[in-house]
Amino acid sequence: MLELLGHLHYWVFAILLMTGFYALIAKHNLIKKLLGLAIFQSAVFLLYITMAEIEGGTAPIIQNGVADQIYSNPLPQVLILTAIVVGISTTALGLAIVVRIREAYDSIEDNEIRRMDRRS
Amino acid sequence: MTLEHHLPALQVVVPLLTAPLVAVLRPKDLAWAAATAASAMAFAISVTLTSMVLDGSVLRYEMGGWPAPYGIELVIDSLSALVLLLVTGSSTVALLMGRDSVARDMEPHRQPLFYAAWLTAMAGLAGIAVTGDAFNVFVFMEISSLATYVLIAGGTDRRALTSVFKYLIMGTVGATFYLIGVGFIYMMTGTLNFADMEARIADAPTRAPLLVAAGFITVGLALKAAVFPLHVWLPNAYAYAPHVVTAFIAASSTKVALYVLLRFDFLVFQGNLDGHAIQFADFMLPLAVAGVLFGSAVALYETNLKRLLGYSSIAQIGYMILGASLLDQAGVTAGVLHMFNHALAKGALFLALVLMARRLAGFDLLQIAGIGRRMPWTTAAFLLAAASLIGIPGTAGFVSKWYLVSAAFAQGAVGIALVVVIVASSLMALAYLWRVLEPAYFGTPLETEGNDAPTPLWPLLVLWVAALANVYFGLFPQLPVTLANQAAGALLGIPATGVFP
Repeated sequence: MLELLGHLHYWVFAILLMTGFYALIAKHNLIKKLLGLAIFQSAVFLLYITMAEIEGGTAPIIQNGVADQIYSNPLPQVLILTAIVVGISTTALGLAIVVRIREAYDSIEDNEIRRMDRRS
Repeated sequence: MTLEHHLPALQVVVPLLTAPLVAVLRPKDLAWAAATAASAMAFAISVTLTSMVLDGSVLRYEMGGWPAPYGIELVIDSLSALVLLLVTGSSTVALLMGRDSVARDMEPHRQPLFYAAWLTAMAGLAGIAVTGDAFNVFVFMEISSLATYVLIAGGTDRRALTSVFKYLIMGTVGATFYLIGVGFIYMMTGTLNFADMEARIADAPTRAPLLVAAGFITVGLALKAAVFPLHVWLPNAYAYAPHVVTAFIAASSTKVALYVLLRFDFLVFQGNLDGHAIQFADFMLPLAVAGVLFGSAVALYETNLKRLLGYSSIAQIGYMILGASLLDQAGVTAGVLHMFNHALAKGALFLALVLMARRLAGFDLLQIAGIGRRMPWTTAAFLLAAASLIGIPGTAGFVSKWYLVSAAFAQGAVGIALVVVIVASSLMALAYLWRVLEPAYFGTPLETEGNDAPTPLWPLLVLWVAALANVYFGLFPQLPVTLANQAAGALLGIPATGVFP
């Protein structure tokens, strides 16, 4: 039990990842698909952010008179800052495409769109 | 510090910095000229870099002067040089002949933005090829992907939008899988630099996270590279993208994903994880064979020419994976060589379609009837590139198929079966291209649609340069063969044995 709780952040990562993955596969509404994609990416952000955390670790700032301090690793957070920007751009571009799809098809349900494509 | 020393960085910086400039340039032709010039300059840089690594040396560049593994390191070896040539070369050729095609398909005020997105896509793809840092690969992959989605969405058919949405979802899932894999490796090794990772991964305390990482990275990149059965985004994205864009991405983007896949699986995992090489081969070889057969078979029944060529690409990607999963010098050489030669052939085929689109209402096989008589020079270039795709002797396609078949023969009984697959698929390629060429040359044209003005000379010349490159590299294959051979040596950890015959 303790073992499971100790890996709590991995469980959160896995559950969020699969929730997002399920939504982007199973939902027909294109916006819901994009939200699924955003959840899917957020799960990975959490994976990176939590991996840097060390018990008792603080921000990596060297102070006078403090010895033996454990620092958390700042690098994964820096990395994921970039990935968050990438994720937001992807969502924004995806939403922009959905707007264009709505203008062209007058629908954002992918089964309806597929039916229209098959007819043409 | 001479200029030459900074070439690896300039390879990315030149197009990336020109892109915002191009976005604000007016009129549209000036934007086109600036984009083409930047792309041509990037191509010149690639050629110079290639000449510098042709002797088997590796160029290393410390970004911002921070030494690796703390800073980001750019690494140019034979494999990255080969990929750089493809990316910058196909972009330059497509831009050189693409101005009219873009002008027809797009409102004038959108064109500068289109060219800006083009340069961004090229910078991203080149960035993946030059960098030696795993996270940097992710960032460049997303830069190029986002720009590519924009380019594809520029297609005139509304189905471009639905196909790009599918590509966006699948491409992002692929890139995110890659990111998860890199995260696990970072947890175990504390590094993101490829070379450093390779050295430290064997010391990791447990293997399980590394195996998970290998799985995520392989699947994510296979999705980006459209390896069967993760190819579903490709045919429609190729079919409904603007014709010039198809020529560019067909020659470059899947190859770049494949490049990262080879780098990661061979350099980082295979030397350090017991049994990974065999797992890679056992996993990839059946997919490659299935992809080769499936792609060719579907192309046999496809009625849209651009989708047909898209399915043919899925088969050709199968060849590349097939070569790589033989895991020996000859096989990997053949796979890498086929990346180069397939880009030449498929690039030239799609470039021919750019010109044909001037006269055709669409690319349904019924609509192309009689195009061989209406546009003899363009169709002849298409025929030449088609010969290369099939692998007729004297063309580039023949060289890589020859290498592939001889590498397969060396594998014993399984090899014979693989040769049968390769030959069967080549015959299917002959058949599906015949389905295109037969109406093109012998069909009676439908009502003449589109304009019937004569084909302008300049784009035709560019097209013929691309088509004749297939013959040139078929008769004088030293350059790609040397690069591919050195690349295979580096991937397998065998020192290169000089120039191949």
